[in-house]
Amino acid sequence: MNDLLIAGGIGVAFGWALERAGLGDPPKLAGQFYLRDFTVLKVMLSAMVTAMLGVFWGGRLGLFDAGTFYVPDTYLLPQLVGGLLFGLGFVLSGLCPGTSCVALASGRIEGAATMLGLFAGVLIVGLAFPAVETFYRSTPLGPLTLQCLTGLPYGVVVALVAVAAVSALAWIAKREAIR
Amino acid sequence: MRPFRPYAEPHATGVCLGLVLFACFVLSGQGLGASGAFASVASGVVATVSPDTAVHSGYFRSYLQDGSPWTAWLVVEIIGVIVGAAASAALAGRTQPILVPAVRPSGSRLVAGVIGGVSMGIGAALARGCTSGLALSGGALLSVGAWIFMAALFLAGFLAAPLMRRLWP
Repeated sequence: MNDLLIAGGIGVAFGWALERAGLGDPPKLAGQFYLRDFTVLKVMLSAMVTAMLGVFWGGRLGLFDAGTFYVPDTYLLPQLVGGLLFGLGFVLSGLCPGTSCVALASGRIEGAATMLGLFAGVLIVGLAFPAVETFYRSTPLGPLTLQCLTGLPYGVVVALVAVAAVSALAWIAKREAIR
Repeated sequence: MRPFRPYAEPHATGVCLGLVLFACFVLSGQGLGASGAFASVASGVVATVSPDTAVHSGYFRSYLQDGSPWTAWLVVEIIGVIVGAAASAALAGRTQPILVPAVRPSGSRLVAGVIGGVSMGIGAALARGCTSGLALSGGALLSVGAWIFMAALFLAGFLAAPLMRRLWP
């Protein structure tokens, strides 16, 4: 029960932040792929770097054991193909799964259309699972991280990703200032 | 009606979202998510309508093994997302009048929305996550699969965008 209270509370904060940023607005999200509006990249990179640094430093300072956090398993080919299909769908609907809920919650019927499609999409994979299971389970690499892959220390990878992300954001901001 | 307030500054909002994700890791040991909630609900519907079909699909079974799919962690989280986003939009005077025909999107955009949803649903199911659960949460933990997914997503998005210019004038 306590677990579900946390789920609900985190969800409210998540939805609130997405709506504040304007990520329930399909033309705004699609604008990322036409380089008209960089909100998607700005929000994603800022959020990822913040959480990455929080997890790294919290673990380093002994506030919690970051090793217990759930790292998604890597399945090379399914995630590559899944990402391609996902990107195609993202431009078509101007929304992703989380933001489709935000769109509907802010009174946009497009949100409901995308949610309906998402529901159908996972249903198709579930029903066709015996046929796609071999591909689904192919190229498994376990909970592989960039530090394991490269052999670099965790802190070095964190620093490299942070510097790369902040540089990219600074470059985008500079370009926008010129325009 | 209150005047439409502009959206918040994206970098600052991103940092806030990052703190929500960080809190989520600390409090629950896992990241945020969205597509998993759709998979849970789909599994719940199939198990109700045709229990036999659900048993014969390893995909549905994986969402049915940890108790009721209707009260799965991600389903409750997504209900929270809808509540939080609705409150935020209403307080900022940004809620769109859904029933006023003048602001309804074109039919072609709704059709594209459904087709895009299907494509994302299949993609997220194969990849085991979406922009929130895999790209953002997995990316923050430096998962290799998350970064591959993110790269593929943006590659396909940028390649497909010129073909869909008519949808987004």
